[in-house]
Amino acid sequence: MMRALSRSRSRCVAAASLSLLPTTAFAQTAPVAPPINWHAIVMFLVFIALTLGITYWAAKRTKSATDFYAAGRGISALQNGLAIAGDYMSAASFLGIAALVYFNGFYGLNYSVGWLVGWPIVLFLIAERLRNLGKYTFADVAAYRLKREPVRVMAALSTLVVVIFYLIGQMVGAGQLLHTLVPQIQYWQSIIIVGVLMIIYVTFGGMKATTWVQIIKAALLLGGATLMAFLVLAHFSFSPGAMFAEAVRIHPSHNAIMQSMAPIGSQPNPIEAISLGLTLMFGTAGLPHILMRFFTVTDAKAARKSVLYGTCFIGYFYILTFIIGFGAIVFVASDPTYLVDAAKGIALKGGGNMPAVYLAQALGGDLFLGFISAVAFATILAVVSGLTLAGASAISHDLYANVVAHGRASEQTEVKVSKAATVALGIVAILLGIAFERQNVAYIVALTFSIAASSNFPILVMAMFWRGLTTRGALAGGYVGLLGSVILVTLGPTVWGKVLGMGTAVFPLDMPTIITLPAAVIVAWLVSKADRSATANSERLAFEDEYIRSQTGLGAEGAVSH
Amino acid sequence: MSDSRLDRIRRDPLFAQLCQSRSRLAWTLSVIVLAIYLAFILLVAFGGDFMAAPLVAGGVTTVGIVIGIGVILSAIVLTAIYVWKANTTFDDLTRRLLEGSK
Repeated sequence: MMRALSRSRSRCVAAASLSLLPTTAFAQTAPVAPPINWHAIVMFLVFIALTLGITYWAAKRTKSATDFYAAGRGISALQNGLAIAGDYMSAASFLGIAALVYFNGFYGLNYSVGWLVGWPIVLFLIAERLRNLGKYTFADVAAYRLKREPVRVMAALSTLVVVIFYLIGQMVGAGQLLHTLVPQIQYWQSIIIVGVLMIIYVTFGGMKATTWVQIIKAALLLGGATLMAFLVLAHFSFSPGAMFAEAVRIHPSHNAIMQSMAPIGSQPNPIEAISLGLTLMFGTAGLPHILMRFFTVTDAKAARKSVLYGTCFIGYFYILTFIIGFGAIVFVASDPTYLVDAAKGIALKGGGNMPAVYLAQALGGDLFLGFISAVAFATILAVVSGLTLAGASAISHDLYANVVAHGRASEQTEVKVSKAATVALGIVAILLGIAFERQNVAYIVALTFSIAASSNFPILVMAMFWRGLTTRGALAGGYVGLLGSVILVTLGPTVWGKVLGMGTAVFPLDMPTIITLPAAVIVAWLVSKADRSATANSERLAFEDEYIRSQTGLGAEGAVSH
Repeated sequence: MSDSRLDRIRRDPLFAQLCQSRSRLAWTLSVIVLAIYLAFILLVAFGGDFMAAPLVAGGVTTVGIVIGIGVILSAIVLTAIYVWKANTTFDDLTRRLLEGSK
């Protein structure tokens, strides 16, 4: 029975862990009249009060566009490293990877590894040059020597698709999670709470408030996860081997959890695994809300150091989630009060993403449960704020200021448009979050990471490193990556087969990056090579100046002092 | 920062040296990260028996767990190598280049 269960779930689990929690996972929640989770509520309120205080402080210091988009470029390397980690460590990676390990053992580690290896690439190829060339958005750099308007429209479109879908995933996860943790709050109410708070942080406090919300959340998440892993290991006198041995004894699949190269009950699929790997690796380097962080630091050196700090925090965190997953096998799977039916396996009440949350309760009672719940809530709030600011910047800085107003908008108007865009995106996120309540959102992170890896990443890198890239080439390659990802994800097993119910998938992989990334690069290269127009020639000539500035930081935007 | 300053930088041998050494390091390290990660994916896909073998006979901790954590640590180490090299060599070259072109 257990095997059959995990077989049917396996593919879902793999994809779902990427997004936040599949809808079905929370369908059977809420036992009758549960006690009110006061610890969690009080800690939610403390976090909200603290972050609103920071927003008030930040609002008084946010005057110029540089303050609003880039926190006045006054964020230090360590602060930005924490904020990067905060942006990146979503509730999906915390709850999702711990859950993957809980159900599948070793296999969950594949995700931890995949989520981390993009960071060195961000450092080696992107961070410093981006900081040297750009102002507020990555489109500044992509469009540096190319035709401003069409390139910015493309970059803004891909940013908005990434941001809106990522927001849907986060909002649906937030609604389900809050409702599970505090059943008295309805799904739609949770979505509105998250949406309204995020609008307040971003419109009033801009990048300064968003960054500090990220930093606090990152510190809370790292602290909470450290404490959990510490308590688990302390139980085994700090011997991981003893912990693994106990987990093997308790888990119904026993030693298979140490040997799972694929979700338990399914066969490894090398092509899918490589495509997933490319998606995670290069998607990280193309996420607009992550790229935006590099404009908040003082210079290229701080950008570079912040990646090292961020990589350390994120790598440490993923090792912790692995321990937490095994800890959950030991403490949660052995306790029938958490299980749907102890005779039938280790499926959990409240859905598949609860192992880390229940582990907190098993280790530290209701107080620790409340704390970890509040941390998960803070995590979601921080991530949606960063996303919304990136989306609003694409609308105000790329679409409005550079395309609609042809670069002649005043700074004040641009910031006003950005705030209006934040409110609009917040409302869209709330409405879509409510609309997608009963939808399977497991494909969403596949889609967003695939677009980031196949459109933003290759065009950005080619624009900075290859003299030959022209406007036509960038547009052709970028749109191939963007549309190719959208089309192939739609035709893939999750959307075509499960969401749309159309039967056998037209395209066999969930992650199309193995096709779309090379396609975008080849198309951009071919079209640029074939481009004989006069503008193409001047664009190639302009590369030299861009290259000198990207390498030396000459003329880079400086820090604003107040 | 006029065009003539850009021209002076362009002609400065230090500039070529900076770009070459930094690009060589950046691309080399990128290829190393990609190779390590692809090797890990392929080991998971095709080397199941090797990865699932216990580290010591009779133990439960597998080779795969150690390799997986090793890949995470290698990403951190490679990042640190780049930052160290940039903080020392590249920043110094850039400073000399910018001062010399004033």
